[in-house]
Amino acid sequence: MIRGALTTACSLMAGLFLLPSPAAVVEIIEIEKRDWSFDGIFGSFDRTAQQRGYQIYNEACSGCHGLRLLTYRNLAALGYSEDDIKAFATDFDVTDGPDDEGEMYQRNALPSDHFVSPFPNTQASRAANNGALPPDLSLIVKARKNGADYIYALLTSYGDAPDDEELPDGMYYNAVFPGHQIAMPPPLYDDTIEYSDGTLATVDQMASDVTTFLAWAASPEMEARKRLGLKAMLFLLVLTALLAAVKHKVWSRLN
Amino acid sequence: MNKKIQDAGAAGDDESRRDFLLLTTGLVGTVGAALSAWPFIDSMNPAADVLSLSTTEVDLSPVETGQSITVVWRGKPVFIRHRTEQEITQARNVDLAELRDPVPDEDRDIRPEWLVVVGVCPHLGCIPLGQKPGQPRGEWGGWFCPCHGSQFDTSGRIRKGPAPTNLVVPPYRFINETSIQIG
Amino acid sequence: MITSKSAHPVVKWIDERLPVFTFLNRELRDYPTPRNLNYWWSFGSIAGVVLVVMTLTGIMLAMQYTAHMDYAFDSVERIMRDVNYGWLLRYLHMNGGSMFFIVVYIHLFRGIYFGSYKSPREILWALGVVILLLMMATAFMGYVLPWGQMSFWGATVITNLFSAIPLVGDSIVNWLWGGYSIANPTLTRFYALHYLFPFLIFVVVALHLVALHMVKSNNPLGVDAKEPQDTIPFHPYYTAKDFFGFGVFFLVYLGFVFFAPDFFGEPDNYIPANPLATPPHIVPEWYFLPFYAILRVVPDIEVFGFILVEAKLAGVILMFGSILVLFFLPWLDSSKVRSARFRPIFKQFFWIFLADCLLLGWVGANPPEGSFVVLGRIGTAFYFAYFIIIIPLVARFEKPLPLPSSVVSSVLNEKKGERS
Repeated sequence: MIRGALTTACSLMAGLFLLPSPAAVVEIIEIEKRDWSFDGIFGSFDRTAQQRGYQIYNEACSGCHGLRLLTYRNLAALGYSEDDIKAFATDFDVTDGPDDEGEMYQRNALPSDHFVSPFPNTQASRAANNGALPPDLSLIVKARKNGADYIYALLTSYGDAPDDEELPDGMYYNAVFPGHQIAMPPPLYDDTIEYSDGTLATVDQMASDVTTFLAWAASPEMEARKRLGLKAMLFLLVLTALLAAVKHKVWSRLN
Repeated sequence: MNKKIQDAGAAGDDESRRDFLLLTTGLVGTVGAALSAWPFIDSMNPAADVLSLSTTEVDLSPVETGQSITVVWRGKPVFIRHRTEQEITQARNVDLAELRDPVPDEDRDIRPEWLVVVGVCPHLGCIPLGQKPGQPRGEWGGWFCPCHGSQFDTSGRIRKGPAPTNLVVPPYRFINETSIQIG
Repeated sequence: MITSKSAHPVVKWIDERLPVFTFLNRELRDYPTPRNLNYWWSFGSIAGVVLVVMTLTGIMLAMQYTAHMDYAFDSVERIMRDVNYGWLLRYLHMNGGSMFFIVVYIHLFRGIYFGSYKSPREILWALGVVILLLMMATAFMGYVLPWGQMSFWGATVITNLFSAIPLVGDSIVNWLWGGYSIANPTLTRFYALHYLFPFLIFVVVALHLVALHMVKSNNPLGVDAKEPQDTIPFHPYYTAKDFFGFGVFFLVYLGFVFFAPDFFGEPDNYIPANPLATPPHIVPEWYFLPFYAILRVVPDIEVFGFILVEAKLAGVILMFGSILVLFFLPWLDSSKVRSARFRPIFKQFFWIFLADCLLLGWVGANPPEGSFVVLGRIGTAFYFAYFIIIIPLVARFEKPLPLPSSVVSSVLNEKKGERS
């Protein structure tokens, strides 16, 4: 009977799909699913990829994109020592104050400070980038459909526009960016960066590393979450099995 | 007859097995409930950003002899005084028997010329005066608490008034010749 | 004065002054419950558990959250990154909202399928609909608090619905906003109300339970439990059954929290609210999708070329009507037989209705273009036809199957059937 009803409903729907659709066709761009070290319930971030990704961020991204939700102390999760982190932070200046005279002053950043953004505000950022706004990257992996796969695809899908497509000045062709016209120039080129661990710096390698780094920046809690999750699920499985046994026992009295 | 006894035995077994099962389940459930309370409680503990500010580094190089500065450490003022020879001698030549909270000055500083104390009166939490030139420092040349008139000497020890103990010396260390890390 | 049955002197002393123990014994222990309730009946108590989890996590989050448009987004990220187990509390709360609706929707469809809204349970049912409305308001305001793009634009779209009200619409919207757009006053009042509403829900849940214990539980057969053998005490039978249900529920819930915490979420809500840029595709949380679909697909209602009701107002009326119609269900369905098990035609339409709700949800998730509009209109028409036409007609013309004489006879027959 249920089946009868469902068949009716399905055929009804199937009929409706055949109706002509006057709507503009929204292009659906397929994003390739890749294997990441942080996938799955046992996944964790590949430390060396994270460190290389941090280097890419510093050398290729940080000129335009901020990471304002991260603090320098967070880099301890990448395996850096306290002294390393202090040294990273010292390269940046932050405004502090007011001092006793009421003046704001500049000081070196401390590990407890947030990452210093390249521009003081969005207006300055737009002004420096031909009106385009380079987004902050702290949550970029969570803030885009297909997450890490999309970021990787974006970084590796630059190319020449098809002949029938006119590109305005200052725009670049990217096969996976919605609308295909992106204001960000291709940020990565083979061998333009020398990895401190000697890894060959291909565009693929760099894109994959920086994506790993950004995935961590968006979900720094991920490893702790999955570890605790496994324990909690195991515990719950045992408890639920016991509860099932209790239920079975109690109800067997009724017979 | 025999069968009846067997049945009774089986029922008894059944009973105790259920009791054991109930007990185990109850125990596991209670443990689970107790464990899951922890994240709720722990979320009220100081968070990572608060903890990261639990140490403060201070550059002492601009502080001339005889000057004092106030820095903030964990939300509280810390008094740092670059003591003069005279203040040091004054602090050291005290008969401990005179003191309410007897601690020798040698135990209250790492280097005699630098005195570092938490600037909160141990009486009721006011902030004593004496940091800025012109402020009252009390009879012993240290600090004077405006709330209830406690007076502290050049080692931050209580000499007169209601405060029960000396100004607290926070944990700190010299990271180099001219700067310290508090906390 | 009540004479307590308890043997323990302290318990007895308290009980004779404040009869909590007598009450608990009567309502939680001895409470006679039909012996044939299936697992669909567990979802009511599961919903209660979710309400408690939401309240507890919500209170802890409120201690860390800052209700100010300049700090709200960052304060949520601080919870995720710096507060001890903050990510756990936040993900429990975020996914708990979705779980709450899954559980309550199952509870509601169970009520429809087994006729739990029928006499004498009309008020019990109506209180349930009130809880649903309160939940929706709470969830909507809670979704605004993280102050992401979807928070902001979802709130903009939904509050703008009130501008459809003739004459006073715009004034009402400005009153809701506390300004001329969604801004800080809106955020702070939503925060205050988001904190208040769950306590109202607790009150209505209490009334829901009082009403339930007054008229007692319905059961899958829909026949009244008359003989003593028809019922069993709530404890230990249904406590044991419900606790097993809790275990399974938490496995699913925590599975999402720990391993797919953003499954129900929208990526756009990880972008801070920007009043100057609307995301290309605004969607509400999944549990509002069917209603959102109804809102958008309604055209201008014309009579002889005159626009009688503008599309915007018509959409708003139908959207609210789609929930309010539930209040009238007990009187729309005049069939004396409760359970769909004995109502072959009603049962068919029930499944079509369920499919229709899913269809509307799917339409709501897609842009209102082309065949989605057509699908949405058909779905909306069927939704209302189901309540207003189909249910009354089926009640009138359907020939129900013979009912079992009692709960216990049916249970024993089933057992016999299994054995042979």
